[in-house]
Amino acid sequence: MFLVAAIALFVSMILVLVRLYAGPIVYDRVLAANLFGTLTVLFIAILGFLTGRPDFLDIALLYALINFVGTIAILKFFRYRALGDIPQIKRGKQ
Amino acid sequence: MTETIINVILFTMLVTTAFAIVRMTRLFAVVMLSGVFSLLTAMLFVTLDAVDVAFTEAAVGAGISTVLMLGTIALTSRSTKPSTRSNALPLLLVTLTGAVLVYGTLDMPTFGDPNAPAQTHLAPHYLNESITEIDVPNVVTSILASYRGFDTLGETAVVFAAGIGVLLILSGLRRRREEEEEDES
Repeated sequence: MFLVAAIALFVSMILVLVRLYAGPIVYDRVLAANLFGTLTVLFIAILGFLTGRPDFLDIALLYALINFVGTIAILKFFRYRALGDIPQIKRGKQ
Repeated sequence: MTETIINVILFTMLVTTAFAIVRMTRLFAVVMLSGVFSLLTAMLFVTLDAVDVAFTEAAVGAGISTVLMLGTIALTSRSTKPSTRSNALPLLLVTLTGAVLVYGTLDMPTFGDPNAPAQTHLAPHYLNESITEIDVPNVVTSILASYRGFDTLGETAVVFAAGIGVLLILSGLRRRREEEEEDES
């Protein structure tokens, strides 16, 4: 059962990579990178069950957190062109 | 057997991603691809049971450096200029270095060899004694925090000093920029 899940996971990884290489717009690639992070979480979970040691599950949780924060950072960057407190300065200028 | 297949698939994806990074000229796409590259590396580390290394790779490679590269792109240009020089010499150099590295691995013991020097000297002591000597259930943690405690303390001090230095430089820059803006107005 876990083997089938792993095969399905690899197929979806390849699909995501195709979208990542082909684009065409930036948001396709952002979404694909985010999705690849989610697939990493699933991969770690499935690998744990495949090898009979599901101890890695809490580490997969940490990956999910990093992935979320990273995507928020990237999207914030596309919106404001900066991180941190620089948007306030820009707003004050307008 | 399954592990070999998983490794082959992951390495294939890794190499394709690397080629895509080299071929791509739009730098936003390159940044996204390098994030995925480091996620793939992290998966390979997980299959090698180096979960902590994998986690560092994912946090630094896919998290922090993606944001840093996006910051660099915002300050510079969004696409690469095609280089006019010939690629023959760099290619030769990279091939030579790769060949030397592969030659260097020939002398190394095979993966998981119980007679390898890494498994015969200190590792058995750590594995057998750490629970009585240190009383921490995780062996890696006991090595990092206790057996090599001073080493880790030194590393942390270096990282801390570097962070403070960067903060000082950045705050100096920001203050100067604000002063210039005040002068202009």
